[in-house]
Amino acid sequence: MGYVAVKGGSSAIEESIKRLQYQRIKAKKKIDVEVIQGTLRGLIDKIMSESSLYARELAALAIKQAEGNPEEATFILRAYRSTLPRKYYSQVVDTEDMRIERRISAALKDIPGGQILGASYDYRHRLLDFELYEEKIEDLEKLLQEFEAEGWSNSEEEASGAKQKTSEHSYTKVPKVISFLRAEGLLPPVKIDDSEPDDITRKSIEFPTRRSARLQTLTRGEAGAVTALGYAAIRGYGMVHPTVGELRVGYLPIHIDYPLQEGNEEDAVYIGEIEVTEVESLIPQVIEKEKGRKEIEFTVGYGLCYGQNETKAIAMSILDSCLAKKDLLSPTAVHDEEFVLLHIDAVEASGFISHLKLPHYVTFQSELDSLRKTKKKEENHESI
Amino acid sequence: MKAYNFAFFDEGSKREIRRATVKAISIPGYQVPFASREMPIARGWGTGGLQLTLSLLGQDDIVKVIDQGCDESVNAVNIKKFINKMTGIRETEQTATATIIQSRHRIPEVELRADQILVLQVPIPEPLREVEPSEYITQRLHADQEYSAIWLMLFEQIMKHNKMTTGADHPVLVHQRYVMSPSPIPRYDNCKLHNSKALILLGAGREKKIYAIPPYTTVQSLAFNDYPFQTEDFSGRTCHLCGASAVYFDELIDEESGHKYYQCNDSSYCLQRLNQELL
Repeated sequence: MGYVAVKGGSSAIEESIKRLQYQRIKAKKKIDVEVIQGTLRGLIDKIMSESSLYARELAALAIKQAEGNPEEATFILRAYRSTLPRKYYSQVVDTEDMRIERRISAALKDIPGGQILGASYDYRHRLLDFELYEEKIEDLEKLLQEFEAEGWSNSEEEASGAKQKTSEHSYTKVPKVISFLRAEGLLPPVKIDDSEPDDITRKSIEFPTRRSARLQTLTRGEAGAVTALGYAAIRGYGMVHPTVGELRVGYLPIHIDYPLQEGNEEDAVYIGEIEVTEVESLIPQVIEKEKGRKEIEFTVGYGLCYGQNETKAIAMSILDSCLAKKDLLSPTAVHDEEFVLLHIDAVEASGFISHLKLPHYVTFQSELDSLRKTKKKEENHESI
Repeated sequence: MKAYNFAFFDEGSKREIRRATVKAISIPGYQVPFASREMPIARGWGTGGLQLTLSLLGQDDIVKVIDQGCDESVNAVNIKKFINKMTGIRETEQTATATIIQSRHRIPEVELRADQILVLQVPIPEPLREVEPSEYITQRLHADQEYSAIWLMLFEQIMKHNKMTTGADHPVLVHQRYVMSPSPIPRYDNCKLHNSKALILLGAGREKKIYAIPPYTTVQSLAFNDYPFQTEDFSGRTCHLCGASAVYFDELIDEESGHKYYQCNDSSYCLQRLNQELL
């Protein structure tokens, strides 16, 4: 017998990859990364948030490569993220320093600093806009000139530059809504916790978790999964009825310690800014006081995501609060940290579900063997 | 610009994975948590095994990758291609030639040697998961060596079906201490874990665990005295290609006659027999 070689898998894979390439280009259209970066803000924000990597340009590239499939784009970016060494940890960022783009409170009407609507879909009718078919670059330029004549600018370079007109919204401290409530005694005082946070990308999550590990897991969670569980928590499967104390969208400056020598705080190096959505939800909670007396206090659920991801950030704040509640009489799944934290990750969930497409010939054969043996036994019993 | 380091990871990450591996070898059968990285291969598709393999590879290694017994299975090919792209090292289909063998759910038919490492891909590393969903609790059960629930599970199977009905992934007791999931290898392969000359490493990427069976370790498949452990029954069957018997078979159906016939599941073993390379 001559030499036998099996070469099925490799060439089949090659062809499949070619087919995929064909699907991407068959319409004879191409989209530049620059165009994606400039137009698909919502998708970029979602993907940066889920992949835990703040890189607009790379997110745009991943979107192009994945043909706009967010599950795939997140996957690609996460995998790329694995190859990057962690060189620095930033200094602690105080979100009061945010260059605010949008800021609303659903709890209080008059808040110092004012409600700033910013850019949002909330106040638009969701009518399919057929005029966008005809949109021309000249129209955009004209519209932009009008906006700029009103003193608007949004690019990061201009914002940090001197010609910024909306200077009242730059890195000036806008106090938090919850700090007023705290000053009034409506929120219990909290101790500042300066302990070093966990880093779930360097050490796998362990149960019971600390809050830092929970928040890190929630913020990289898949938007739909986080939203669904947050929704379940307020609809009936959780003990949470939140009010959005404050929702902010804006830019945070990031500093690292001066890397070349031990320096003091002021030697920090500014490395850029990141856009985030931050939510502080107020959740009433019955607290047992002395002699069985009960009192209602607010607790704060916290959500923070890269980019403008408002629904996710609110849902995150709900889940943060759900997971902080221990010793409930009838806890539901949203209060179970393993249930929530181990199942919301986009890459893990989609990976394990999709692995079911892999061949299971060996394992299935083994199951068949078991099944047949039980059948044989039953037949034997019957014949007796 | 070289976009990626040798074997994909930065050196720090590799060292971290190796550190977890050393711990795993030191405590046979104990699941060591590690900071599992996201890989360019999907979670659930062998990322745990792949991370182990990449952390171990040197320039002189020769790697073999199999998926459910087959070197040419799409996922095995895919993982091999990735390893090759990131390292450029030699690959092989022959079990005896390889220094590191990454496998999904099979241990090769050719006996492994002391200078080889077998890396198994693991979907669910926790043998108690079927009886206890919480990680927090299973860790404590392991610490207390409290395995009654899994014994009870096997006992109930016997009560219902007059035999244990585990398929692949039949739990084992390692070094008289930890109950361990051998990964979904068929029961037929369980015996190869016992006193294996080769180091066996198991990696679960999604579940972020590494565990190990060091060479020459006692590994027992859980069973009762009066209901002994049984492997899959292939008695009286032979491979229609190479004529081998007493190996793990794939069951195939002849399209025309509708008859069942059998073929070695380990494709490289079958090929080597056909090419008379195993004499």
